[in-house]
Amino acid sequence: MTEQIPVLRLEGIVKTFPGVRALDGVSLSIMPGEVHALMGENGAGKSTLMKVLGGIHQPDEGRIIIEEQPVVMAGPLDAKAKGIVFIHQELSLADELSVAENIYLGELPRKRFGLVDWAELEAKTNGILEKLKVGFDAKTRVGDLSIANQQMVEIARALTVDAKAVIFDEPTASLTDAEKTVLFEVIADLKAQGVGIAYISHRMEEIFRITDRISVLRDGQYQGTVNTGDTDEEGVTHMMIGRKLDLSRNESHHELGNVALEVRGLSCGDLYRDVSFELRRGEVVGFYGLVGAGRTEIAETLFGLRDPSAGTILLDGEEVRIHSPHDAIERGISLVPEDRKAQGLVLGMNCRDNMTLPQVDDLKAGPFVADGAEIAIFDQYRDKLDIRTPGWKQLVGNLSGGNQQKIVIGKWLSMHPNVLIVDEPTRGIDVGSKAEIHNLIRDLAAQGYAVIVISSEMPEVLHVSDRIVAMYSGRIMRTFTSEEVTEENLIAAISGLETQKVA
Amino acid sequence: MSGLTRKDIGGFLARQGILVAFVLFIIGFTIANARFLDPDNIMGVVRSSAILGVMALGVTFVVISGNLDLSVGSMMSFSTIVVLDLHDKIGPALAIPAMFAMTLCLGAFIGFLVGYLKLNSLIVTLGMLSAIHGLTLTYSGGKNMDIADKEGTWFSVFGQGEALGLPVPILIFVLLAAVLGMLLSKMPFGRKVYAVGGNGTAATFSGIRRARVVFGCYLISAFCVATAGLIQASRSLGSQNTVGQGLELEVLAAVILGGASLMGGSGTIFKTVVGVLILGFIQNGLLLMGLQFYVQYVVTWIIIILAVWLDIAAKRGKLWSPIA
Amino acid sequence: MQPGTLSTFLKRGAIWGFIVLELIFFTVAGEFLSVSDKAFMDVDNMLLLFKQSAPIGIIAMGMTIVMINGNIDLSVGATYALCAIVLLDSMTWPMFAGLGDWVIPVSWLLALATGVALGALNGLIVWKTGVDAFIVTLGSMLGYRGLVFMYNGEQPTSHLNWTLVDFAEAQFLGLHTPTWFLLGVTVAIWFLMNRTVHGRNAYAIGNNREAAVNAGIRVGPHMMINFMIIGCLAALSAVVFYSESGSVNPNDGELYELWVITAVVLGGTKLTGGAGSIISTFGGVVAIQLLRKGLAHIGADTSTVNLVIGLILIAVLFLDRQLNVKGKEELKV
Repeated sequence: MTEQIPVLRLEGIVKTFPGVRALDGVSLSIMPGEVHALMGENGAGKSTLMKVLGGIHQPDEGRIIIEEQPVVMAGPLDAKAKGIVFIHQELSLADELSVAENIYLGELPRKRFGLVDWAELEAKTNGILEKLKVGFDAKTRVGDLSIANQQMVEIARALTVDAKAVIFDEPTASLTDAEKTVLFEVIADLKAQGVGIAYISHRMEEIFRITDRISVLRDGQYQGTVNTGDTDEEGVTHMMIGRKLDLSRNESHHELGNVALEVRGLSCGDLYRDVSFELRRGEVVGFYGLVGAGRTEIAETLFGLRDPSAGTILLDGEEVRIHSPHDAIERGISLVPEDRKAQGLVLGMNCRDNMTLPQVDDLKAGPFVADGAEIAIFDQYRDKLDIRTPGWKQLVGNLSGGNQQKIVIGKWLSMHPNVLIVDEPTRGIDVGSKAEIHNLIRDLAAQGYAVIVISSEMPEVLHVSDRIVAMYSGRIMRTFTSEEVTEENLIAAISGLETQKVA
Repeated sequence: MSGLTRKDIGGFLARQGILVAFVLFIIGFTIANARFLDPDNIMGVVRSSAILGVMALGVTFVVISGNLDLSVGSMMSFSTIVVLDLHDKIGPALAIPAMFAMTLCLGAFIGFLVGYLKLNSLIVTLGMLSAIHGLTLTYSGGKNMDIADKEGTWFSVFGQGEALGLPVPILIFVLLAAVLGMLLSKMPFGRKVYAVGGNGTAATFSGIRRARVVFGCYLISAFCVATAGLIQASRSLGSQNTVGQGLELEVLAAVILGGASLMGGSGTIFKTVVGVLILGFIQNGLLLMGLQFYVQYVVTWIIIILAVWLDIAAKRGKLWSPIA
Repeated sequence: MQPGTLSTFLKRGAIWGFIVLELIFFTVAGEFLSVSDKAFMDVDNMLLLFKQSAPIGIIAMGMTIVMINGNIDLSVGATYALCAIVLLDSMTWPMFAGLGDWVIPVSWLLALATGVALGALNGLIVWKTGVDAFIVTLGSMLGYRGLVFMYNGEQPTSHLNWTLVDFAEAQFLGLHTPTWFLLGVTVAIWFLMNRTVHGRNAYAIGNNREAAVNAGIRVGPHMMINFMIIGCLAALSAVVFYSESGSVNPNDGELYELWVITAVVLGGTKLTGGAGSIISTFGGVVAIQLLRKGLAHIGADTSTVNLVIGLILIAVLFLDRQLNVKGKEELKV
């Protein structure tokens, strides 16, 4: 093993974005025939690292070395030509085309006169599909396949080239157990052929089942690599979270008020089932779980964007039906959405107009929007939230992520909501602003607001919540008070390990 | 000169390019023909642009909300025919509100389809272009519509009259532009139109009832069309069934020329008025230079492409598109 | 049955079902309402129907591929008129005087080349400036129409060549010359879109542009080729039609873009690109012509045709959306 040369090696990769050091000297090597897990919390730098590898970003410092040859990645195509293949989490398929056409997208075999050589295309495709043991053939339209099978098409693409290294980014997010087994067999095959595999996942169980080594990133820094056999979940969690990070739990308790929101037996199709909880004034309840656990969907239901299939919602003890965000806002429910740019802000509008958008009907002087009142609101919340902008006329699209998020928060605070739901409050925000937003959420609770925080980042949930609701696969697994929660029992609850123990 | 970089100039041109072009045109035409800046001539241009202009005001709302309205031309024919027909049947005092009501119903129908049913506005209004044309023909039986007593009706005041020393069509255009400009830039509804067009999802997430806003935009568009139909009918006191044919695209050209993006979320009433006037002055200027009316088509083509191109080039910071 | 199969079947089969419905309706209604004593399904009547479909139909094939590619072309009507003028006028040019009837293929080629050039110009602008095809072709719709007028003022351009008229009016195996052209174009475009790398890449670009770009497909040239094809087909349509009529007015072809787009959308091509079928477009073209003829057959005038086609277009859009609603999973935005 010792004289093998790594198929892919990264040396001291540094990548900075304005205000953020996304990758800070990351070194990593992937050997032929190994499955190498890459782990880290959201925002630890995994996706930036992938983009650097794929040539979408160029590193500021450091080298990418393929089989001892330093290379420059010009883009996804170049990476593929050099034998580095990505299996992305988001599918990039043309769903009106056949499986075969998707697998050979951009490189359809040709005959004379620019005709497609269907026979060759089909033969090549079926060869690959046989290896994958899938239940569809080359001619199937991709749009007619299940999401899992579409994922298999994406994987099949990787097998068309003589890959030196294949990088899987959360490949099992939408797969069933049976499909996972097939995927793992494919990975084992690749491994046997001497391909190096990088495997990104949050799911401990998978990591321990298929990987040989584990490398961990934290805050853009490389934390080390361990042999999978030499560690356990606790060890990896420890590396991922680290002691350096502020993992302090929220300890600022104050008098809680009456129950602002109560949810009883709420379900929404397959998205989540039988969800019940209460939220008091002055309290922050954190919802923690993996992506797809149903947390955002609950928030969307409370905000009137989805109709529940069962269950009741009570506001201040009174049953309510919420059919639209407009209803929700009238009843004092506000949502700071997960996707700031797509859902939270009109990027082409200025700061003030974005902030006052939900109440523009109420801020009137005669028939006109009251300019003065609007500017007063903007000024008040700019000072309160310390929003750094040259002035209210600045287009929101020109602000940094942290300031954009504060505009969204200010938008709702200025309405004095009964219930404030914050979904992924610090996604894509630099460390300094993160702390500010955390403090802000605590302050709001102290002022008597009832707050729900949805987050995929454990320190964040621990830091801001009075109680933590752990969700797994559409269900609430357990609710912790801030005294009883530990990193270990929280991770166990959200990765479904507890149910397995019970079953 | 160190203060002004090429980028600054580029940015200014991109933001105010259409105004700069407008001024250049006027200077150019004035040099070519001194009569161009004659008050009578200017008045004539504005007056002949009024119908197109009034329609463009309404379409501006629709375009800012992120939609299209290709039905305004045939809807204008409809309004003109209906008001002329009803003029002799129930008298002008009743004919005008009746025509407005009928046109607004058409606008409401489109607004329902695009706003509430969320159907694609290009296809819906394309379908309505054809359907309303059919409706007009059915209504008129395919015949031209004429007012019997052309001399003795006060109805001609909207198209031919003068008040405050100005032709009435210009007054209507200016008044409507002022009112709708206020609505768009100063009132809550206008703010919502920008939000819906800029990012419909975020607008919904801010509690704005998107369907209502879109519905409102089509109502405004229909109102403007009815007004344009009134001016047209009053000016000619008789009309063919196809009087508005093709206007939808000229109107859209004026709105785009004014800098409204078809993606929605940008544009102003003022800029649309500038767009309308540019079209009008180009036509007039070319005529004064002794060129035929159709030369303006070619000039308009070049101007539209250049205007939109420079606009997006400034936004992406590169002249040529990144398309491989 | 896979989820979505039913709706796919409905969507793909809808246009033919609609045509059958039209045939039944007009045949039955014709018995009671017809102003003529001929049956609607009369063979001559149907042959004529295909012939009359040709001008719109030939352009519709080009529009289908442009729309599958994710673009649109509003300038086809003006292109059609300009190519018609080139066709008729070039036959009278002194430099071709010695050619006799050999001027016909020369003029045809000139007309087709004009169409290709106009399409290429559109395509090049879309490609190089990145301006949306809707705006580019809206502009050139005006611009090309301006060129039409500049060519011969407001006067019609006329030239009758009897050899040409005979050719255009000929029937071969019962079908008229324009019908053969329509069928030929349909087959050729079908072949292009389903059998060639260019066609498949055009689908991919319209379907998922980002994926296509990432896979190394060059978007620009494919778009430009498709614009050249639609320009060529607009010219071919003019060639077929004006060979027979021999006179072109500067307003000819106005609103053709609307008829063509209606036929294409009726045939199920998505506005957003990526999906669409040449055969269904053919169905859309026939359905519209059937509607026109059928309504005329039962004594309705052209006004009703416009009304009905407009409402059917909207109804199709509505049905299409209803079939594609994902239900509970979808966010109410």
